[in-house]
Amino acid sequence: MNTIKFTIDGVSIEAESGQTIMSAADEAGVYIPRLCAHPDLKPYGSCRVCTVLVNGRPQASCTQPVSDGIVVENESEAIQRIRRDIIEMLFVEGNHYCMYCEKSGNCELQAIGYRFGITAPKYPFQFPSQNIDASHPYVFIDRNRCILCARCVRASRDIDGKQIFQFVGRGPERHLGINAEAHLRDTDIDITDKALEVCPVGALMKKGIGYAVPVGKRLYDIEPIGSDIEARRPAPTA
Amino acid sequence: MSERLVAKDLAAAVAEVCQACGKDPHRLMDIVRGVQKHAGHISGEAMSLIAGELGIPRVEVESVVSFYSFYSDTPQGRIVIRLCNDVIDRLAGADGVAQVFCDELGIGIGETTPDGAIHLTTTPCIGMCDQAPAALIDDVVVTSLNTDRARDIVRGLKEHKDPRRLIWTLGDGNNADDLVQAMVQNNIRHRGQVILSDYDEGQGLEKALALSPAEVIRAVNNARLRGRGGAGFPAGMKWQFTRDADGDRKFIICNADEGEPGTFKDRVVLTERADLMFEGMTIAGYAIGAAEGLIYLRGEYAYLEDYLTSLIDARRDKGFLGQDILGKAGFNFDIRIQMGAGSYICGEETALISSCEGQRGDPKTRPPFPAQEGYLKCPTVVNNVETFCAVSRILDKGAGWFARMGSSGSSGTKLLSISGDCRSPGVYEVEFGTKLSEVLKMVGAERVQAVQMGGPSGQLVGPGDFERTICYDDLATGGAMMVFNKDRDLLQIVDEFMEFFIDESCGYCTPCRVGNVLLRQALGEVIAGRATAADLDRLAELATSVKTASRCGLGQTSPNPILSSLERFRPVYEARLRAEDDGLIPSFDLADAVGEAAAIAGRPSAHTKA
Repeated sequence: MNTIKFTIDGVSIEAESGQTIMSAADEAGVYIPRLCAHPDLKPYGSCRVCTVLVNGRPQASCTQPVSDGIVVENESEAIQRIRRDIIEMLFVEGNHYCMYCEKSGNCELQAIGYRFGITAPKYPFQFPSQNIDASHPYVFIDRNRCILCARCVRASRDIDGKQIFQFVGRGPERHLGINAEAHLRDTDIDITDKALEVCPVGALMKKGIGYAVPVGKRLYDIEPIGSDIEARRPAPTA
Repeated sequence: MSERLVAKDLAAAVAEVCQACGKDPHRLMDIVRGVQKHAGHISGEAMSLIAGELGIPRVEVESVVSFYSFYSDTPQGRIVIRLCNDVIDRLAGADGVAQVFCDELGIGIGETTPDGAIHLTTTPCIGMCDQAPAALIDDVVVTSLNTDRARDIVRGLKEHKDPRRLIWTLGDGNNADDLVQAMVQNNIRHRGQVILSDYDEGQGLEKALALSPAEVIRAVNNARLRGRGGAGFPAGMKWQFTRDADGDRKFIICNADEGEPGTFKDRVVLTERADLMFEGMTIAGYAIGAAEGLIYLRGEYAYLEDYLTSLIDARRDKGFLGQDILGKAGFNFDIRIQMGAGSYICGEETALISSCEGQRGDPKTRPPFPAQEGYLKCPTVVNNVETFCAVSRILDKGAGWFARMGSSGSSGTKLLSISGDCRSPGVYEVEFGTKLSEVLKMVGAERVQAVQMGGPSGQLVGPGDFERTICYDDLATGGAMMVFNKDRDLLQIVDEFMEFFIDESCGYCTPCRVGNVLLRQALGEVIAGRATAADLDRLAELATSVKTASRCGLGQTSPNPILSSLERFRPVYEARLRAEDDGLIPSFDLADAVGEAAAIAGRPSAHTKA
């Protein structure tokens, strides 16, 4: 396997040919913020939060392969500003009410919002009218909270082998569709499906197990998102 | 086309349509089109039936049906009227025409007459800006509309229910062909040497087949031919990558999905020079080792489908397509038409490939590029209609002949679709390197305030740019040029462009899906006179975020109308600004914000305006 050498914000990184910039960065303990990317799923490149500059050109680091000698900018002011804009877009596009969402504390959108110090978005809320599907005995979809990351689409197709989810509509009308005439209960979704494990927000939720861990003691209540990746970074040598 | 087949069992019809497409899920576009032609729309039941026949999840069918604006999951009228509502049509009076349609039919836009006869809707640019206002009635194009004609059309439809009988005059050239029978005019105003001059059929192909494939690519490289769709990628390089890519099966795709508002030059090429294009595709097939070609024809040009099909058949008869072409043993190539269904994004090459594969028109992740993994994951060349035409001519007349025309970085000629405020809208073939001022003189444009170069995704330029030249390295354009005189409200035009991008975004990535909506809202604040100078800076910042972070060319260019107008016409924005006088955010209207609460309470609030 070819070893590739490149830099992220001046830090030298080694990677294998064929790796994406994000996966190489993860291994090196460099956190690149992301929402649609997930280690168990094929890259999709929809949220664009992981945008970096590669030799000055914007690229999604979750889909862009490494190549020798590239210079990657990850935490420059310009890139962080764009990421912040994108995160704020996601907040105003949906109906995200963290204070009564069961996902609070485990939600990657909320966590990334905190990591970027976003207290209130600068764009006007869109307050879209979205459908909730609570027809299934064990699972519900709340499209108010969906960020269209396609994690469930990919997990259902590539891991569960079911293709329960796909997007319907285009542009601002794009939304999560299900493989049934109308109701989630008419699909063959199971409580054990990977698709249910990967939702970064509170859009695809299991019923009956809410608040097992109290708010305040959840994943991102304890440590900011990305901490696990940054913990891998070798201590600087003196 | 408008005639629906006699009503028969939906299941039987779906089965028949699927069977005719070999039950191939990759042909889903054709299957959905066929079923809609039979049933008028694609009901939930039809989606389930199609999914069952093809053995694919139902949601995949729903996904495709919901993506394309020419497909409908709800019953429409037996006749569908689509009024073109692009900027140029509106400047030519489309709103008044629309009002007559509404009044005469007794319905609003987006509605169907109570008897289910006629559905009325709007559609973005249908490629008729040179004869605006225009409309599609089923597949029939009606042009140069005015309020009288609109009235006649509705009365005619009510009487005979046959859109074909609405054509009151036939256009010039092949528009009058038996298989076209369209009232569309070519409006060819200036013929250059490459595309619109006369040519001998088969000459380019014959000469190409006397060369080796490598020599053909060398000729295209030596001609320095760059893609005519807008991006300007060197065609020979693209071909070389595709030729070098691993794989026994390779494809040539011709992008005939010109959807950029204000562009109509491919319409004229398809009508008058289609053989030159087919020939270019065949030469490309020979050069890269492909045996199969597709032409992705935009749904708006369905009126040309039968004609183009007949030309392909004729080429087969003449030995220009099929097996052992022109006696060249082992060189086989054939072409099939893939119809689009109303989607601008499908002009983006990877979205176009998705569509050809029977999927929603989401662009694909790059890399891999189509040259490595394109249609059906096979190496694929996608080039524009005009590019393929230039190829035929280069092989016929020589690379040197071609390269001597134009400017150093941009050889050959360019077809321009010119519309708007000018005396002679139409198609002009000019050499690259021509000054914009010369073109404006040619078209008879006076009192010009601004020119939209390359359509909404291009640049809005002003008089300070008129001495610049049309070429890839200066004023680049895929061909659209919209001229606006000094009476036009530029912000209104920019606003309509933004509305177009919102409607046509696929919605895959955040910045394009959400950012364009926010950009238009922020622009609306300026237009409404509620924005401050600081808001203009925020507008430009947001536009830059969308441009930088979007996944494909649509979102990477959709902020251009705002950014280029802010750069060149800032005073137009500044004239609408409001001073930040009271310390409050001017775009926040307190009276409006408490209005709903006051209404519920049944009494005016202290902030209610008198």
